[in-house]
Amino acid sequence: MGSGLATLAPRRIAARLAEGLDRPLLAISAALVLVGLVTLYSATHGTPVRLSAQLANLAVGATAMWIAAQIPPQTLMRFAFPAYVGGLGLLLVVALFGEVVNGARRWLDLGFLRFQPSELMKLALPLALASYFHRREGTLRLRDFAAAAAIAALPVALVARQPDLGTALLVAASGFTVLFFAGIGWKVLAGLGIAGLAAAPLAWGLLHDYQRRRILTLFDPTQDPLGAGYHTIQSTIAVGSGGIGGKGWLRGTQAHLDFIPERHTDFIFAVYAEEFGLVGSLALLALYTALVVRGLMIAAKAATVFARLVSASLSLMFFTYAFVNIGMVAGILPVVGVPLPFVSYGGSALATLFVAIGILMSAQRHRRLVQT
Amino acid sequence: MHRPELRNREAELHRFQMRIGIAGAVVLAAFALLAARLVHLQVVQHASYAAKAEENRISIVPIAPNRGLILDRNGVVLARNYSAYTLEIFPQRVADLEATIDALGEVVDIQPKDRARFRKLLAETRNAESLPIRTRLSDEEVARFAAQRFRFPGVEIKARLFRQYPHGELASHVVGYIGRISPKDRERLVELGVAANYRGTDFIGKSGIEASYQHELHGTTGFEKVEIDAAGRGIRTLARTPAQPGNNVTLTLDIRLQQVAEAAFGARRGALVALEPATGAVLALVSRPGFDPNLFVDGIDPQSWAELNGSPDRPLANRAIAGIYPPGSTFKPFMALAALELGKRTPKSAIFDPGYFVFGERRFRDSRPGGHGYVDLYKSIVVSSDTFYYQLANDMGIEAIAGFMARLGLGAKTGIDLEGEASGVLPSPEWKMARFRRPEQQKWYPGETISIGIGQGYNAYTPIQLALATAALAANGEMYRPHLVARIDNVRTGERRVIEPVLLRRLALRAEHLEFVKRAMAGVNREGTGARAFAGAGYSSAGKTGTAQVFGMKEGEKYDERRIAEHLRDHSLFIAFAPLEEPRIAVMAIVENGGFGARAAAPLVRTVLDYYLLGKLPEALRQAAEHEGLEGAD
Repeated sequence: MGSGLATLAPRRIAARLAEGLDRPLLAISAALVLVGLVTLYSATHGTPVRLSAQLANLAVGATAMWIAAQIPPQTLMRFAFPAYVGGLGLLLVVALFGEVVNGARRWLDLGFLRFQPSELMKLALPLALASYFHRREGTLRLRDFAAAAAIAALPVALVARQPDLGTALLVAASGFTVLFFAGIGWKVLAGLGIAGLAAAPLAWGLLHDYQRRRILTLFDPTQDPLGAGYHTIQSTIAVGSGGIGGKGWLRGTQAHLDFIPERHTDFIFAVYAEEFGLVGSLALLALYTALVVRGLMIAAKAATVFARLVSASLSLMFFTYAFVNIGMVAGILPVVGVPLPFVSYGGSALATLFVAIGILMSAQRHRRLVQT
Repeated sequence: MHRPELRNREAELHRFQMRIGIAGAVVLAAFALLAARLVHLQVVQHASYAAKAEENRISIVPIAPNRGLILDRNGVVLARNYSAYTLEIFPQRVADLEATIDALGEVVDIQPKDRARFRKLLAETRNAESLPIRTRLSDEEVARFAAQRFRFPGVEIKARLFRQYPHGELASHVVGYIGRISPKDRERLVELGVAANYRGTDFIGKSGIEASYQHELHGTTGFEKVEIDAAGRGIRTLARTPAQPGNNVTLTLDIRLQQVAEAAFGARRGALVALEPATGAVLALVSRPGFDPNLFVDGIDPQSWAELNGSPDRPLANRAIAGIYPPGSTFKPFMALAALELGKRTPKSAIFDPGYFVFGERRFRDSRPGGHGYVDLYKSIVVSSDTFYYQLANDMGIEAIAGFMARLGLGAKTGIDLEGEASGVLPSPEWKMARFRRPEQQKWYPGETISIGIGQGYNAYTPIQLALATAALAANGEMYRPHLVARIDNVRTGERRVIEPVLLRRLALRAEHLEFVKRAMAGVNREGTGARAFAGAGYSSAGKTGTAQVFGMKEGEKYDERRIAEHLRDHSLFIAFAPLEEPRIAVMAIVENGGFGARAAAPLVRTVLDYYLLGKLPEALRQAAEHEGLEGAD
């Protein structure tokens, strides 16, 4: 009898905990996490420390997701601007006092915690923009978009200056998607596109040498096979040599003989594609597609402008991450520091992604509760 | 009041949902693009990438073959391999070479000589993996370094096979030496299309047999297929093709005869060539002074190199094949043969030798003041009359002399299986025309023919050429190409290639003419200029002394050995073969600045013949042999 209660209680707790968590999102992210752990095991073969560290990251991330899922969108909205302003402040602090790692000033060391404020901005910016548009619902004018663009431009500029082109790109993308979903006019978009093209030479001039090299080597990686082109050459070899069925788990030669650089972080897809082949690669793409589609579905049915915009923007964030990362590993995009969502090793990015999932879950949970 | 705003809201919602649709389409399109790219990489180009991954992963590591041995005709080892530990630095992995070498010096003994050699190797070799800083480490040094190894990244102990020449200086010009493959060697290997077989080989024959039989001695490089990681470290061996050792090269040379000959030279400079007349086999080939080829094996240190290369005695030059000397009176038997063959003299032809020959207004002096009186052809050789040959040369003319001597192989490379043979000079109007620039120099003056007759003037031949001509006399006109290698053995298969004698030409000479000249040369050793050297020989022999002027004497000036600097004194020459009836050996020897042929070269040749024909060792060597057991070397 007592034992019956004892077995029932954890179940009930689990059910209680899972309440309000969107099942499809949970299943998809769990599948991605599983792929990540399996691949990470192979990529860090012989160094189990990374794997256990990643498990800890996952625990932290899952908790963050659960918490985010409990916060109703309107509560979240109240934190949007403070988070943005705080994030901007931290970016300034980093620019002034940040710790230099690998030649870039990205990290903030708080003694007990080292983190990248730019990571926070990936969430804070879309939240802030979404709340901005939420408040102007029905009265949108062109100058509102201009103001929103300015809000987005500030953190992007600060992150780009660190320099961290990859994150700047992601932050810019998250800002842009909010503008896009908020309904920025096609003509304005076209105008911005033309202006962007016109400004490209100027932007080129602002890039660091290594950033330019990375972009140039995209067009001909063999020009610098041991330098900037090395990553791309080795990762495409890994992907291509995987073939249709892959070489099998733990049997990727490119991965296990150290030919793939950064193979547990940004280039983990190379390890995965080498060992699991085209079948595995397409399955992974299908998972990401499902994740993005589920996110967009939630956005479409979300109750408020804020929830809609945030959900849509965060959904596309998963897309941007996956597309830029796989495109880079497959040699069609320049090498930028963008992790493969839920698969790459790393705590900060994982936490951001899980919080984003949590926010989507919250939007889904509260879609009918708030009526305007 | 709120209606427009409400309508706006609906429009916004509609627009939002439209845009969700667009975004979804964009996402699908972008992922489809990625999928297409993945299909391209993993299906369309899979084979090419799979090959690249294999290329990445598999390294072909060459296994250098063991070099073949060089042996003398009795199987005495002249060049062999031994295994030793070397301390090697990988220059690309060491940041501060000097500091590393300094630190190494605390662990193992490193002499300034070692440093100098290392620097030289570093300057000479491009993209070499590792270079030795110390060779032949003692066991104790190996242990000491092993204990401190962590301090020296980029420094490793390697077990290597080294070449060793157990006899040192003995026959150094014949055996030669090996050295590191230079960029120039590398180019030649590429030209020959054998560069692939030299992957993993660091050394190549640089001179002597080591160079001329390089491709026999080298062997076939083996390969090991090794899986490597990105840093190039070997992970495991996948397949292995063992190396095939080089062939053993057995020489015709008799190292003990060689030793007798070299010992006979003592500290004197010169050369000696001993041939087997019936085959052209080289029995001994001496060039003195010699050098220790072991110095070159791990890269010669600059000081030793400077000493060898800068020495006025030129120990590195192989005088036997590249030294060119006037033959002096050793030319006379060939002149006599020419005179008989061309009908310019008969055995009975005689002249009166007053001690000089007058040509125009010039007097050509005989080496014997007052002359030899009546001299016939026989006596002209036995007593070595200059006047006789001045006159003969004048009667024959330069064209006839040059034509006949060319048939004897003088002034042309013999084709011996060594690199660096010189041609020498067979004087003729054509040669002079080609040799000089100014018209007055290009013209041949009849007066120049006179001293050609006694082996002076422009005459300049290598010892091997004179030895070959002597051997041709001994073999009744059959000329065999001189060769040093008797056979080549494949150690693995047991296959043996015997080098057959190569008949260069059979001179059409009248037997009685040959007999006459041989008889006269026998007279030289019996009653003539060689008689003292060959007194009580115990075998029949034929010879001819020669004294070659190094220093031009003015007319009427008297040659006084004591007043002339050593290096301007006459060269002493001797040619011989023995036994007279069935010659087994033909020898040519020259002792540079040795004075009269009868005094230096003839006794030297006697010593060589005594050993070869009678097994008689000179006293000094006999004592040494008893101590060191050279007799029992085989």
